[in-house]
Amino acid sequence: MELLSGADMIARFLQDEGIEYIYGYPGGAALHIYDALFRQDKVKHILVRHEQAATHAADGYARASGKAGCVLVTSGPGATNAVTGIATAYMDSIPMVVLCGQVASHLIGEDAFQETDIVGVTRPIVKHSFSIRHPSEIPEVLKKAFYLASTGRPGPVVVDIPKDMTAPTERYEYVYPKKVKLRSYNPVTRGHTGQIKKAVEMMLKAKRPVFYTGGGVVTGKASEGLTDLVKQLGYPITTTLMGIGAYPQSDRQCLGWLGMHGSYESNMAMHHADLIIAIGARFDDRVTNSTSKFCPTAKIIHVDVDPSSISKTVRADVPIVGPASSVINEMISLVQGHKIAHPEALTEWWEKIDGWRADREGKLYEPSKPGEALKPQEVIEALCRVTRGEAYVTTDVGQHQMFAAQYYKFDKPNRLITSGGLGTMGFGFPAAMGIKQNYPDDDVVCVTGEGSFQMMMQELSTCKQYGVGVKIVNLNNASLGMVRQWQDLNYKSRHAHSYMESLPDFHMLIEAYGFTAITVNTLDELEPALERAFADKHELVFLDVKVDPFEHVYPMQVPLGAMRDMLLSKTERT
Amino acid sequence: MRHIISILLENEPGALSRVVGLFSQRNFNIETLNVAPTEDPSLSRLTVTTVGDDRVIEQITKHLNKLIDVVKLVDLTEGNHIERELMLVKVKALGAARDEVKRTVDIFRAQIVDVTPSLYTVQITGDAGKLDAFLQAMAPVGILEVARTGVSGIARGDKVLSL
Ligand SMILES: Cc1ncc(C[n+]2csc(CCOP(=O)(O)OP(=O)(O)O)c2C)c(N)n1
Ligand SMILES: [Mg+2]
Repeated sequence: MELLSGADMIARFLQDEGIEYIYGYPGGAALHIYDALFRQDKVKHILVRHEQAATHAADGYARASGKAGCVLVTSGPGATNAVTGIATAYMDSIPMVVLCGQVASHLIGEDAFQETDIVGVTRPIVKHSFSIRHPSEIPEVLKKAFYLASTGRPGPVVVDIPKDMTAPTERYEYVYPKKVKLRSYNPVTRGHTGQIKKAVEMMLKAKRPVFYTGGGVVTGKASEGLTDLVKQLGYPITTTLMGIGAYPQSDRQCLGWLGMHGSYESNMAMHHADLIIAIGARFDDRVTNSTSKFCPTAKIIHVDVDPSSISKTVRADVPIVGPASSVINEMISLVQGHKIAHPEALTEWWEKIDGWRADREGKLYEPSKPGEALKPQEVIEALCRVTRGEAYVTTDVGQHQMFAAQYYKFDKPNRLITSGGLGTMGFGFPAAMGIKQNYPDDDVVCVTGEGSFQMMMQELSTCKQYGVGVKIVNLNNASLGMVRQWQDLNYKSRHAHSYMESLPDFHMLIEAYGFTAITVNTLDELEPALERAFADKHELVFLDVKVDPFEHVYPMQVPLGAMRDMLLSKTERT
Repeated sequence: MRHIISILLENEPGALSRVVGLFSQRNFNIETLNVAPTEDPSLSRLTVTTVGDDRVIEQITKHLNKLIDVVKLVDLTEGNHIERELMLVKVKALGAARDEVKRTVDIFRAQIVDVTPSLYTVQITGDAGKLDAFLQAMAPVGILEVARTGVSGIARGDKVLSL
């Protein structure tokens, strides 16, 4: 029997759970835990420069690896600084465990120094939370936290740890719990066979089918199965922003992504479909546009592991509650050996879709002319070429995010790492840091904007400390571009506080941390700069790319319209 | 439509706040709420009455079921059920009204559980409609204070809500 203090139990548990990196920031209430981490060397602690960055780094790692990320912060301001990152993970269903120090039990409720009711503050943005009430519970509670975070529909779990629970003098028996059970939590492991059969019958009989798949396929590790199923049927597929890469985008059957800034052909196909096969997607308002006009002629099959996602905003005709992977596998075995009922209708459907594709071919944006400012789209296309479409691409939030998602071609899941649900500026850089540490031999690039980057740029210091060689491509339009675009469209171009005045000299800023910065002004400087940036996998390089500040993101769905109602450029609309 | 949802909840600190928080977070409405431990001290039974169309009620039950602390729930209004609420009311009882109140209490099969020279304290149980009717009857006399427990309920027949 082994007796350990609460703090040592935490360190040991993390080792036994196979956690390699924990992102955090110390403070009074967490110091016993920090001391325990110091006295071991299996779990590596990464000292960020702001707790929000710790959560984004753990989140980025979780998205890239499919395993739960882990964060450690102190009570009060440490914990509240982590809130934005917890909400970001919650909205995108990312597995994460956040350990928060707390004031000692006897002080709780007294407004003690650095006391915050973090369980209360985070209640609406966590999958679940725990407060430790006795040190001996620590192994069991931590196991439950990781189990809850990473099963079913994943999400962040907060564990509140009063300081006395980790006191070095109090020792209790430690056993690593291999398994835990919660009587009220039994995530479904497979879908209802009858419903799946019904769905497959509809799929085989459809004349204008579209697969519409989301982040649930990525977090549910169902990309291979999905690719199989879609190829077997020969149907078109569109994904959500969160689902990008679950099906290879370079394949002909992939229409790109859908919704507010989705591709023309995706939105058109959705609008005209007679069957929508939704898997691991949640009919979110950035996808559906006005739900009353959404896909008027389509029947809807909706597969999701979370029953509350089904029929939340759009009524499903065939609801299937189950994990994407097992439902897809069952679908595959039911489809095998069957022919689709209307091959001629499918041919016609593809002709229609190819027509929509051809309509926009070569018209997506106007490339820059010599002497003009670079177009952000050109930068992403060049980035995709230089990295052969294989990099992990994280983004911040704004126009640059949409351009990255539109113009980089992703053939693998977990490669576009972006805050879709919450839309958190500041996410991209720390997320890239978390990924790069775990995948040191891969290219990891953060596509950012000068607005977003300034929200988390203190992490340059963390990258310096740990030698994290991420690449940063700053699409510098000297404005809060996405805000400005809305102001152009809805406020007669009154640019209220969307112009970034007093920008730093990014070159000097990056050099102050000892890193390389390259400024790019023209098209002929672009590819050489990118080549240079990616020459050494272990070097942080910052590209400050000056891009056209007047560019807009298109297509853009018209508010309150149907899927097919889109602005296609500053002068065209459907 | 009005629904009565009964929940078996882990008897844990914070569990109740998760349920209540869910209602405000998702813009669901709570008309009454009643909660107490069951014969199994690890479980509380919570009964909530809420109003919404089928879509809203479906969302409410799905989201409640998603809470880790919710062990089981039933929408009692889906079947035959017994609904009860207890109310304590202080009413003015002076002069002629004193007898009038007494008679009304008898008609409603309520009980007077405390008296002073100027008021009666009345205890009454029944479904929410009966309690409302009693309050209406007492309004002209003068209601001084009302304490209602909120609705509790149970299914009729063999059906039981248990682990
Ligand atoms: C933390 C946070 N605050 C505000 C917003 C609202 N917002 C969305 S996009 C955007 C502009 C982002 O500017 P920048 O990072 O320069 O990107 P650009 O649109 O110019 O490419 C803002 C302010 C947000 N998404 N997140
Ligand atoms: Mg910008």
